[in-house]
This record gives sequence, structure tokens and C-alpha cells, in this order.
Amino acid sequence: MSETLLQGIGLCCERDHRVLFESLDIDVSAGDVLQIEGANGSGKTTLLRVLTGLSDASEGEVRWRGESIRRVREDYHREMQYLGHAAGIKQALTAQENLRWHAAIKGLACDNEIDETLAKVGLRGYEDVPCYTLSAGQQRRVNLARLYLLPAKLWILDEPFTAIDKSGVQAIEMLLSHQAQQGGAVILTTHQELHNVPGLRKLELK
Amino acid sequence: MTAQINAVQQSVDKSGIFCAMIRRDMTAAFRHPSDLVNPLIFFVVVVTLFPLAVSPDSTFLRDIAPGVLWVSALLATLLSLDMLFQSDFQDGTLEQMLLSPQPLYSAILAKVATHWLLSGLPLTLLSPLLAMMLFLPADGMQALMLTLLLGTPVLSFIGAIGSALTVGLRKTGLLLSLLVLPLYIPVLIFASGAVQAAAAGLPIVGHLALLGAILALTVVLAPLAIVTALRISLSG
Repeated sequence: MSETLLQGIGLCCERDHRVLFESLDIDVSAGDVLQIEGANGSGKTTLLRVLTGLSDASEGEVRWRGESIRRVREDYHREMQYLGHAAGIKQALTAQENLRWHAAIKGLACDNEIDETLAKVGLRGYEDVPCYTLSAGQQRRVNLARLYLLPAKLWILDEPFTAIDKSGVQAIEMLLSHQAQQGGAVILTTHQELHNVPGLRKLELK
Repeated sequence: MTAQINAVQQSVDKSGIFCAMIRRDMTAAFRHPSDLVNPLIFFVVVVTLFPLAVSPDSTFLRDIAPGVLWVSALLATLLSLDMLFQSDFQDGTLEQMLLSPQPLYSAILAKVATHWLLSGLPLTLLSPLLAMMLFLPADGMQALMLTLLLGTPVLSFIGAIGSALTVGLRKTGLLLSLLVLPLYIPVLIFASGAVQAAAAGLPIVGHLALLGAILALTVVLAPLAIVTALRISLSG
């Protein structure tokens, strides 16, 4: 029996008098990869934001290792990595500077590993050019580099495959499997069919 | 991309979130200097237009100088509030900041400090030149610099509260001014009052003490309000 990391209990969310989801229970344990599916506008992003603690659910509670995330906010955010809808990078800064900032706000120093990580996501030679000169896919890769650089128990990924090419998609799938095997957990939304990801579970929002 | 995660040796960053925020915002700001110069140009233009539009008479200009300089500095600050949180909100780095395990208080303090270093401080340094143009006496000049040094950080802090409250909205212009301007008025009254008193040769210690007290209060309390306002804005 693996340990339960994140729990959503009786989550209900309403936007503009429209119920997106109600009495939704989520249980994510170490080793899980949970894919959230649903049509456009079914509340996938809203659910992820509720799970990160950015938004509040109208009803219900999110718990991290059995405690409400409101009470253990700092511990939770230390162990959680969220890749949102927006790029999460400053256009005027270089890939290096962006990653250094991300590391610093997570309380980590890893200057030496940044170039190596950028090479892993296929951005060798782009370390010190401003991000606005990179393509959409490359910017996305800068953001994904955070997953290699900053270890976290739980990843919450909002459409991580957007603008990523085929080989990139494969690499991300491997990355997800690796995270699950290492005893981490992943919650993600995507319309892509995931292959070769052990421990994959699906949740459909209607 | 390879799927191996290096078990890299990582240590807790000593410099912390405060330095990281300042370094990042400064670097980003100096790559787009035009945004920085805007409020300064506004300040210079407004002050230079007054003698042309009203009267070039030196005694008259000396009388209105404290008010004109302070009102222009206040409006220039108001103009620069957009750069505080708006771009961070759009590129998603603001939500990353809120998800940081580090104390948000320091992060906010760093953001406002950067804003002041890039708007309030240049305004203060520029003000003696414009004061000279308006025939402000030497005594008033010193008071003007002192009040700007104490007052503009307050403007940055209060402005940041308004900016944080309106960051999620599409059109913020008028709403932001309506929220923030009433809170700017005490600073304006005490500061321009001090400059006027100094120009007339009166002591201004009382005015400065009041401004200092307002500054101390905002430094301590405003970041709390800003953090809460950002959480509300981003939860929508």
C-alpha cells in the first residue's frame, strides 16, 4: 500500500452560475499518474488550480498527506511543482535566468545544473538568448526543464504537450513514467493518448 | 530530452526569494528601458508645461512649485503602477510566485522595492532640477528631496495594493486610479505642506515625522494586504 499524497474530498466548483463539477473525490498516491480528461470548458484547468491551492473550491477540501493544504501550504508547495496554462517564463530573460529564478523561489540553488538541464530538453546553444526569440515549443521546453531541474513529489501539469514535437512527447512520457517509478505522482490534463505510462489512471470530467 | 533526472546536489539558496525577485525584475526592466523612462518623461513634461500655461512670473511659480512638483510626481507614479504585476500575471510567473514555499512577504517587499528603485528614486533625483526651474528657494529644495524620499515609497506600496486588487481584470486604468488616489491624498497634503513650510523658512520636523510614520506603517502592513489581494485576484 503506497502512501496517499493528495486527496480531494467532495470538491465542487461553480463558475458563473454553472456547476463545473460536484462531489468529486480524488485520491493520488505515490506512483500514480492521473490523467484528467474532459471536453473543452469542462473545468480541467479549474480543477488543477483548486488542487494547487491557487483557487478555492466552492465546497470540499484538498488535503496533502492528510492535512488541509491551507494549513500545510509551505510544505505542500515545497513538494509540488505546477506547470500552468501560461508559459511561466519572462520573455525578456534568457532560459538560464528564468530557471535560476524558478529555482530560487523554490528555495533551491542549482546554478551548475542549469546548462546541463537545458541540454536535456534540447536547448543546447539557447542558454543565453532572450526567451522572446525562441519558438513557442522551445519556450514550452524551458518551462518543462523545471521538471528535470527541481525535484518534487507531486507534479501538476496543465496540458504539458502543447506545442511539443513528437520526440518531445515521447520524452515527456518517459519522464512521467520515471517520476511514478521514483515514488512521485503526476496529475495532468491532456487530450493526447498516453502510451507506455505504467500506473496511469483516468478521470473524466463531464 | 532524456528521461533521467540527475540526483543533483541541491542546497537551500541563502540569498532567498528577496534577492531573486529584485535581480529578475531589474534585469527584465533594463532590457526594456522605454517603460522605465515613461513616468520620468511625464514628470518633466507636466512640470515644464506649467510655466508656459499659467505664468512665467518667478514669485508666482515659487508659490505653486511645491504643489506642482508633488502632484506631478504622484501622477507619474500612478502611471507606472501598471508595470508592477500586470506582466507577471500575463506570463504566469505571478502564480508561480504565489506557489513558492518561501515567505511571500519578502517577495512582495522585493517587488515594491524594485518598483520604487525604478520610479520613485529617479523622480526624487530629478526633482531638484525641475524645482530650480520653478524658482523654489534652496531651503525648499532640501525639503522637497526629503519628502519625496519618504513619500514615494509610500506611493509605491499603496499603489501595489490597488494594482494587486485589479490585476486579474482586463481594463484596470480608471478603477486603479479611483482605488488608489484617495489613499494618496494624506501623503500629498503632508509632503507639499512641508515643502511650502520649508520655502517660507519654517521648521518641517513635524511633517517629516508624520511622513516617516506613514512610511513605517505601510512597509509593515501593505505587503500583507498585497499578498491577500493577489490571492483573491488569482483565485478567480
